[in-house]
Amino acid sequence: MITFDGVTKRYADGTVAVDHLSLEVPTGEITVFVGPSGCGKTTSLRMINRMIDATEGRILLDGVDVKTIDPPTLRRGIGYVIQQAGLFPHRKIVDNVATVPHLLGWDRKKARDRAMELLERVGLDLKLADRYPFQLSGGQQQRVGVARALAADPPVLLMDEPFSAVDPIVRASLQEELLRLQAELNKTIVFVTHDIDEAVKLGDRVAVLRVGGHLAQLDAPSTLLARPADDFVREFLGRDRGIRRLSFVTDEGVRLRTDLTVPASAEISSVRDTAEPWLAVVDEENRPLGWVSVKDLPESGTLADARPAPYGTFVRGRDSLRAALDATLLSPSRSAIAVDDSGRVEGVATREALDEALDKVAGGAGA
Amino acid sequence: MVAGEGVGVNWLIDFFGDPANWSGPDGIPVRLLEHLQFSALSLLLAVLIALPLGLWIGHTGKGALFAVLSANAARALPTLGLLVLIVLLMGVGTDIPVLIPLVALAVPPILVNTYEGIRGVDPELRDAAYGMGLRGGQVLGRVLVPVALPLILLGLRIAAIQVVSTATVAAYVGLGGLGRFIIDGLATKDFPRTIGGAVLVALLALAVQLGFTFIQRLVVSPGVSERQAVR
Repeated sequence: MITFDGVTKRYADGTVAVDHLSLEVPTGEITVFVGPSGCGKTTSLRMINRMIDATEGRILLDGVDVKTIDPPTLRRGIGYVIQQAGLFPHRKIVDNVATVPHLLGWDRKKARDRAMELLERVGLDLKLADRYPFQLSGGQQQRVGVARALAADPPVLLMDEPFSAVDPIVRASLQEELLRLQAELNKTIVFVTHDIDEAVKLGDRVAVLRVGGHLAQLDAPSTLLARPADDFVREFLGRDRGIRRLSFVTDEGVRLRTDLTVPASAEISSVRDTAEPWLAVVDEENRPLGWVSVKDLPESGTLADARPAPYGTFVRGRDSLRAALDATLLSPSRSAIAVDDSGRVEGVATREALDEALDKVAGGAGA
Repeated sequence: MVAGEGVGVNWLIDFFGDPANWSGPDGIPVRLLEHLQFSALSLLLAVLIALPLGLWIGHTGKGALFAVLSANAARALPTLGLLVLIVLLMGVGTDIPVLIPLVALAVPPILVNTYEGIRGVDPELRDAAYGMGLRGGQVLGRVLVPVALPLILLGLRIAAIQVVSTATVAAYVGLGGLGRFIIDGLATKDFPRTIGGAVLVALLALAVQLGFTFIQRLVVSPGVSERQAVR
C-alpha cells in the first residue's frame, strides 16, 4: 500500500503543485491519477519514487517513509514507465529490459532469460530482442518500456502517461494488454493520465485532481460516473456519463428468455402460429444464425430456407449491461442474444428485460 | 598549368625518390615520428583537460557559460604568435613551448563537443535512467556518454586534425617534425622539400580522419549511429 499523508510540493518560486494530498493506493490495484494539466498528477507520481521530493508531508510505502530510503535503491524496487518509453537507444531491446536486473547484480544469463520471458509476456516477438529501439514502432517500444519496468518483479509500478503518445488503436490494445497483465500479476499500480476514458477503463479506483493539486474525488469508476462529487468532476467526466456507467454494470441482472430460439432444421409450419414477431435461429451446435420475422417467412420448408436478419450478442456473465444494450441496437428485433464463452446461445434478452435492468441501475444511482 | 603540374609531380618524385630523405636524423621516418610524438602528446594532454571538464559541465549543467567563453577565447589565440611568445619567455631546449599552443588549440573542440553532446541527450532518456535507479555516475557512463559518443568523437577528430596540421609550427622554433621540411625547404629554396613536407602533413591528416572513422565504427553502438542515419 502507498499512503500519501498531507503531501505538499511547493517550488522555490512559491508555486504549489500538490496541496496537502492525502490518499491511499491499495495493494494489488490500479489507482489512476487523472486531471487537467497543472493538477499535479505527474508530480504526485514522481514523489513516490523520489524523482521529486515532497516539501511537506510523508509518502509511505508499506509503512516506510520513502524519504528514509536512498533514491536509487528505492527506484530499483519500483517499476517506472514513462510517456516516450525512454528506451536506451544504444542498447538492444533485451538489454534494455534487463537494465534493473543488471543494476541489481544478477548474472548475465539469468537477467537475459528474465528479459526474454518478459518480452513474451508483454506480447512481443522474441525476434525483436536483438534489435535496437529505433527499429521498433512506438507501440512496440512502449511494450518494451512496460517489460523493462517489470524486469526485477517490483511490487509497485508507476506509469506516467505511458500510452498517450501512440495512436488510438495501438493505445486501446496496450490498455487491454495492461489489464490482462495486471490480472496475472496483481501489482500495485499508480497510473497517470489526462484522459478520463483511459482512467475509467483502467482504474480500480480513480483519483480526480483539480488544478493546484487538490483531490476532488477518489472512487471506483462506476461510483465516479454515478455520483460525481461536484461540478468540476461532473464536467471533467464529460458527456455520456450515464451510458458509460453501464460498462461497469454486469449483465447478470438481465432476465433471459429461452423460448425465443428455434433450430434451423425446424419446419416453418411449426412456428407460424407463435405470437412472437421475431425468432432467433440457431444451428445444430446452438450457435446464433440470426433473426427471422415470423410474418415474412416463406410458405414452406425449414427455417434454414429463410434469410436471417443481422443480430447482436453479448457474453453472459462477462459483458456489461452496455454491451447488452449495444447488441439490441444491432438487431431488427431490438433484442440481444446472450451467448456463453464458446459462443453458444443461452437465451435472449428482450427490450423489456433490459428496461427492468436499467431501472435497477438508475434506482441504485439514486438519480 | 600542365607545365606547373608537371613540375609539381617532378618535385614530389625528386623528394620522395631520393634515398637520402628516407634515413638519418633528418629523414622522413624520424621527422614523422617526431611529428606524431608532439601531436599525440598535445592531444593526450588536451583530452585529459577537456574531456572530464566537458563531461562534468554537460552532466551537471554547471559552468556552461565559462566553458563556452573560454573555448571561444582559446580559439581566438594565434597559435604561431603564442608559440613565439612562449619561446621568448621560456627559451628553447624542451618540447614544452610547442605543446602549450597545440593543447590550447585542441581543448576547445573537445570541450565544446563533449559538453554539447552530453547536454543534448534527450531529457526523457536521462529521466528514464534515473527512474530505473541508476546513480549519477552510472547515468553519465552507461547512458549519456554512449549516446553522445558520435559528437564527442567528432570533437576529438577535429582536435586531432588541427593538431597534426598545426604541429608544423614546431619547426619555426627549431624543433623537429614534418614542419622542418617545409621551413628548411623554403629557407634554401629547395621547393621539392617544401612540397614533400606539405604533402606528408596532408597525408597524415587524412590518415587521422580515416583512423577516426574506423574508431567510430568500432565504438559507437549501431543503435545510435544508424538511428541518426535513419533520420
